[in-house]
Amino acid sequence: MRSYGELVEKTEKLNKKISDMVLQEECLRTGIPAEQLLKKMKNHYAVMRESVESGMTGEWRSLSGLVGGEAVLLEKYRESGKSILGNPVNKAAARAMAVAEVNAGMGRIVAAPTAGSCGVLPAVLLTVQEMSDATEEDAVQTLFTSAGLGMVIAERASVSGAEGGCQAEIGSAAAMAAAAAVELCGGSPDQTAQAAALALKSFLGLVCDPVAGLVEVPCVKRNAMAAVIALTAAEMALAGIKSAIPLDQVIDAMASIGREMSCSLKETSRGGLAVTPAAQKYKDHLAR
Amino acid sequence: MKTDYPKLLLKEGEPVKVGSVFDLLGPVMVGPSSSHTAGAVRLGLMAAKILGAKVKQARIQLHGSFAETGKGHGTHLALTAGLLGMKPDDRRIREASQIALEAGLETVFENVNLGDVHPNSVRFLLTGWGGEKAEINGSSLGGGKILITGVNGFEVEFTGEYPALIAIYMDYPGMIAEITKLLAGKGINIAQMKVSREGKGQNALAVIETDEPITDILSSEMKKMPMIEQVMFIDPS
Repeated sequence: MRSYGELVEKTEKLNKKISDMVLQEECLRTGIPAEQLLKKMKNHYAVMRESVESGMTGEWRSLSGLVGGEAVLLEKYRESGKSILGNPVNKAAARAMAVAEVNAGMGRIVAAPTAGSCGVLPAVLLTVQEMSDATEEDAVQTLFTSAGLGMVIAERASVSGAEGGCQAEIGSAAAMAAAAAVELCGGSPDQTAQAAALALKSFLGLVCDPVAGLVEVPCVKRNAMAAVIALTAAEMALAGIKSAIPLDQVIDAMASIGREMSCSLKETSRGGLAVTPAAQKYKDHLAR
Repeated sequence: MKTDYPKLLLKEGEPVKVGSVFDLLGPVMVGPSSSHTAGAVRLGLMAAKILGAKVKQARIQLHGSFAETGKGHGTHLALTAGLLGMKPDDRRIREASQIALEAGLETVFENVNLGDVHPNSVRFLLTGWGGEKAEINGSSLGGGKILITGVNGFEVEFTGEYPALIAIYMDYPGMIAEITKLLAGKGINIAQMKVSREGKGQNALAVIETDEPITDILSSEMKKMPMIEQVMFIDPS
């Protein structure tokens, strides 16, 4: 799949959902029956749910000790009644961070599309499913929309931080979550594209500069930020707001930015946050 | 690319970089890193399968990024977990050191330079409980995908995604034909194959990846072939 725009066009002509098309294409390409693919995706969604619940216990700490146990602070703050974000957005942010904390602590997650960006999709989908009258089956189905978009991004650009910087990981995760959220809320195929474009544009140029080379700082908290942007992008698209630049072109822009990005800012920890005095201090501490 | 199925979205001749939706959503894995953790588990698992016995001692040499950032990514735990037979989604990976201790598996880690190889590379020097020995080189390519690049000093290339047959034999004309005939006779289709040898008429190693699982009958028939020194069957992991 190379063009999400063409996918939208074909989907609207057939009066279907993006997820229907992606599922059908996957059946044809792999020869695996739809029920089996749906079953596997259902298992993925179950692992996503588990990772959210496990993360919200607040018990996970990373091996380095740099991150962990903080997602639950957002929940406590919400319970205090003083939340600025309000229920759904606070929940999504906390959940995204919780899953990323599970990942950093060597717990079980679903890479979506990568391990470093694993919190965004489960946080957004679980929260939107909870708020809408969508069923678990609906949510599982929309994961195919996310995956279809991810395939287009992987074809036209990349979902790897080493190749394209953080924009390729967390940006892709946010776009995939935004598209799925729109479909889950009954939005049109074109609206899924608008949401994804709006989300991805917010991450263009974002570099991958992890402290001490670990999937911890800034990755864990960035998952929370991406969940909020994904929800905002979905809401904008559902409200009829369009991206001036079509999604495929946004993805191409991401690819070219990724190529122009210095290697020191693509997962090598030789630039950006990774070389700040504070990061050096952590690094020295870990080496001991 | 063959057009043997109706295409909805793919165009003729379009290169396919991504094989499946589950390459984008998945794998289900224990964190924190698909390359440094999930891939590392798979490398350990493949290494133990190639040894073909329960591992007693493992000298594990880490190269590049595995050496530099492995500790914080749990790469040591992941490689150990794989040697113990765990899969990338096993919740016990975090406790792999303790489990290894209980199982009597001794591990020694060293940081080395393996030369011009992928940044996430490792060499295993393994000894089994029955005195078996094996040396395995491999790399973690990202997204949990791996490549085994060396077995007992032979250059190989296989991914562990297909059932694989590894045969070490004395190089002589017609040997490959005999092996492939045997496979064809059992209705097993070859997906990929690579042969390397020390020299003409010397030891050779063939790696044959197949679409169908390799059966026990085939295994015993192959072991009976006169020029075969060693044959291993590796399930996909």
